[in-house]
Amino acid sequence: MQTGGPSGGCLTEKHLDTPIDYEHLLASGSMMGSGGMIVMDEDDCMVSMAKFYLEFTVEESCGKCAPCRIGNKRLHEMLDKITLGKADEGELTRLRNLANVIKDTSLCGLGQTSPNPVLSTMDNFPEEYGIHVHDGKCPAGQCKALMHYIIDSHLCVGCTLCSRVCPVDAISGDKKTPHIIDSSICIKCGACMDKCKFGAISVQ
Amino acid sequence: MDIVKLTIDDKTLVVEKGTTLLEAAKTIGINIPSLCYMKLEDLNFENKPGGCRVCVVEVEGRRNLAPACKTVCEEGMKVQTHTVRVVNARRTVMELILSDHPAECLTCAKSGECDLQTVAQKLGIREIHYQGEQSHYKGDKSPAIIRDMDKCIMCRRCETVCNEVQTVGVLSAINRGFEAVVAPAFEMDLDHSTCTYCGQCVAVCPTGALTERDYTWKVIEALVDPTKTVVVQTAPAVRAALGESFGMEPGTLVTGKMVTALRKLGFDYVFDTDFAADLTIMEEGAEILDRLSKHLSGDKEVKLPILTSCCPGWVSFLEHNFADMKDVPSTAKSPQQMFGAIAKSYLAKKLGVKREDMVVVSVMPCLAKKYECTREEFSVNGDPDVNMSISTRELAQLIRNANIDFKQLTDEEFDNPMGESTGASVIFGTTGGVIEAAVRTAYELYTKKELKKVDFEELRGMDGIRQATG
Repeated sequence: MQTGGPSGGCLTEKHLDTPIDYEHLLASGSMMGSGGMIVMDEDDCMVSMAKFYLEFTVEESCGKCAPCRIGNKRLHEMLDKITLGKADEGELTRLRNLANVIKDTSLCGLGQTSPNPVLSTMDNFPEEYGIHVHDGKCPAGQCKALMHYIIDSHLCVGCTLCSRVCPVDAISGDKKTPHIIDSSICIKCGACMDKCKFGAISVQ
Repeated sequence: MDIVKLTIDDKTLVVEKGTTLLEAAKTIGINIPSLCYMKLEDLNFENKPGGCRVCVVEVEGRRNLAPACKTVCEEGMKVQTHTVRVVNARRTVMELILSDHPAECLTCAKSGECDLQTVAQKLGIREIHYQGEQSHYKGDKSPAIIRDMDKCIMCRRCETVCNEVQTVGVLSAINRGFEAVVAPAFEMDLDHSTCTYCGQCVAVCPTGALTERDYTWKVIEALVDPTKTVVVQTAPAVRAALGESFGMEPGTLVTGKMVTALRKLGFDYVFDTDFAADLTIMEEGAEILDRLSKHLSGDKEVKLPILTSCCPGWVSFLEHNFADMKDVPSTAKSPQQMFGAIAKSYLAKKLGVKREDMVVVSVMPCLAKKYECTREEFSVNGDPDVNMSISTRELAQLIRNANIDFKQLTDEEFDNPMGESTGASVIFGTTGGVIEAAVRTAYELYTKKELKKVDFEELRGMDGIRQATG
C-alpha cells in the first residue's frame, strides 16, 4: 500500500491496523502527503514503483542544492540499472547510503522526502531488491529486461500461430515441430503467449 | 551586543547574535569545508545560497543536517562538525558534485587553483561511487570570457557578484533540476547580452566554468613572425601583480624584471601604458576645463559632470543601461587605446614600419580590455589599434613557456619615448585617481601657473561627493 504520493512510502500487511492520520502514517515510515492511497498486489514490482516516483522528483527538483539536483538523478539511474538487471552486488548498499544522505542534506522538503519511496520499499520488500540484483529476475514480472518468454517443447505442437503473430519475427521453427524464441530479438510484448492455445509459452 | 553561548565539537564559545556556525567555528580553529560559500572581505559581501551542502554539520535535536554557512548560532546549540554521519554526508555530496563534473583537471585552465579540486582533496575523495549522466550546455566564447558550463557546480557566486555587487544583472540561474545552470537569459551568449566583461564572475568562479579568453598563442605567433614589429604596453597594475606568479611577495614591484622578460620573449619595443595615461589625462583635464568654461559662460547644452571613459566595462555599462547619458563621459580614449592609436601612427611612422606590419599587444589587469580592443571604432580599415590584450596571468604563462627564471632577471628600462610617464598616470588605478590627475592638468591649464602641491588627497576614496581646493 502506497500512501502520500512521491514523498510518501510503502506499507505492508503488517501495517493494516494503522490508523490513517498524520502521526501514525509518519511513524510507520510513510506520510499523509497528498492524501492518496494506492493498493498494489504481487504483480506490481516495488523497484519499478520507486523508480516511477523518482522520475517525478527528478522532474520537480528546482536544481538549487546538489543532493537533490544530482542525487535524485543518480538514485533514478541506479533504480533503472536494477530494473535492467545491470546492478552489481554493491548497488543496494550505495543506493541506501545515497537515499539517506539526500534525505539528510537536501535544502527543502522535496529533497528531504524524495528518497522515501526507495527507503520504504527497501525496508519492507528487501527480498524484491535482492532478487533483482542477485538473481537478475523480477518477481512481479514487470521489469521487461529481466523477463524471458520461453516455449515448452513438450507442449508446443508447432501450429506456427506464435511465429505469425510475433511483430519482430523472433520465433522460428518448422510446422509441427516445437518452436523457439530468440531472446535477443524478442521485445517481450507477450503477443505470442496470448495467442498460444496450448499454454506452451511462459514467462521466466 | 546580544550574545549567544553554544558548543561546537564539545568546546563552549560565546559569539555575537547572528553569527553563522561556519564563522563561529572558525574563531575556535575549526575550519568546516565549504564550497559555494564566498565572502568578499573588502566589500563585506557574502554569497551563501546553501546550495552545495558541503558544509553540513550535526545539530543536536535537529532532524536533518544543517548547512554551517547559513545556520545562525542559537543559545544552547550543540554542534558536531565531524561525526561519521557528517563526514559521510559531506563526502557523498562531494562525490555527487564530482559525478556531474568533467574529469579534465589535467588540461583545465583552473587546475591548481580550483576550489572544487581543493575541497575534493581535503575530503580525501579517491573514488566516485555515484557515476551517471553528466549535464551538457552549449559553449560560449566571447572576446574576453569563455563559459564552459559543463564545469558549473551551481555555487551561484558569479550570479551574486554580477547582480548584487556589479549590478550588471546578466547572469542568473535558468532551467531546473539536473538541467539547472547559471547563464544569461534564454541561455544567450555573453556578447549578445548586456555583459560588460568586467570579469568579476571569472574572478569568483571556483572551477574552470568561467575563464578568461587566452591569447598567449596569438602573441607567440606574432613574436615569431619576422615581418611583424611587435610592440607591447604594460598597465601599471601588472608590475605589482606579476611577481606573485613567480613566488614573490604579493605587491612586489617588478617593473625592471618585467621589461627584461618581455624583451627576452622577443617583443621589439617595450613601453608603458602610463605614457598613454598621461595623454588621456591631458585630454580629460582639457575637456573638463572646456566644459566648465562653456557652462560658466551660460552654455546650457554642455554636459556636466564629466565621467571617466578609461574603463571599457564602465563604458559598456553606461551604453547598455543609460544610453541617454552616453555624452556624459569624457570623449577621450582609454590609455590602452590611446597607446594603440599613437603606436600605429606616430611610432610606426617614426620607425618606418607599415601600420599592418605592426602588432600592438597590451598586458592588462582587466578582462574588459580584451573586449575593448575588439571594438570596431578602435580600428582603421579593419586593423585594430591594439591587436590583442593579455592578462598578467597570461604574461606569466608566456614567461614560464619560454623557460625564463623570472626571479634571476636583471632590471631593464622601458623603451623611449613611449616609456616615460608622470605620477599622474600612476594614480589612475586608485579610486578617485583619474579625477585627481585631471584636476592637476586643469589647474595648470586654467591658472597658467605651476601647481606646487600636486596632491588632491580630498578627491581620493569612496565618498559619493568629494571636494578639493588648490
